[in-house]
Amino acid sequence: MSKQKTILFACGTGIATSTAVNVAVTEAMKKRGLTFNAQQAKATEVPGLADSVDFIVATTPISASVTKPVIKGLAFLTGIGKDKVLDEIEAQLRK
Amino acid sequence: MSDGLMQLLDPEAIVLGSDASTNEEIIRILAGRLEALGYVKSSYADAVVRREMTIPTGLPLERADNVAVPHTDPEHVLKPGIAMGTLKQPVTFANMEDPDEKLPVGFVFLLAINDRDKQIEALQSVMETIQNPQALDGLRSASNLDDVRAVLG
Repeated sequence: MSKQKTILFACGTGIATSTAVNVAVTEAMKKRGLTFNAQQAKATEVPGLADSVDFIVATTPISASVTKPVIKGLAFLTGIGKDKVLDEIEAQLRK
Repeated sequence: MSDGLMQLLDPEAIVLGSDASTNEEIIRILAGRLEALGYVKSSYADAVVRREMTIPTGLPLERADNVAVPHTDPEHVLKPGIAMGTLKQPVTFANMEDPDEKLPVGFVFLLAINDRDKQIEALQSVMETIQNPQALDGLRSASNLDDVRAVLG
């Protein structure tokens, strides 16, 4: 794998939901042998931060002006469809 | 199941079988408990209600009674705590991921979070509960604190 990638976790406040998702993804990726740098932000801050990260995992809608890949992270809160989202994240990390 | 949740879930901030008929009503009932117990400032309730309108927190669980996790910015929080309400009849919250979609919600976890690094465990245990259909069924039929402890214990 090339240099460590950075994931930006975004939610409404940048504190509660994105923390839960960050922890869930970090643990799941560790099991798959992958590590990454993590940042957290409010959804409204994403357009200003997107350039410095590789992709975004968000639980709330993200401005269409963001050109980096945005992966929907709600599955980590509901548990529904989690494996599929983990596969998407793994694919982005292995790019 | 997970002690993290009972650590932050104040027994005095648990409302079972609420008659609230709107999302704002149940948020204000629970926020009132958190305020009376010294967890949040008087500005918290309005801030959560306002935020829920623009950045909703309903979580679609493919059930007739889904979950919502309303919360707001840390500046309104004095110390970390969680209030929980179960509803006699579901009330409507919008879907966090798709605010145009309305969800019937039967369980509300109102979060007062101000330090993400210290509250990870509590957040995880909320998520574990949300993702455990048996736990939610148990909470729905809980009529007193002992029932809640038996589920979340």
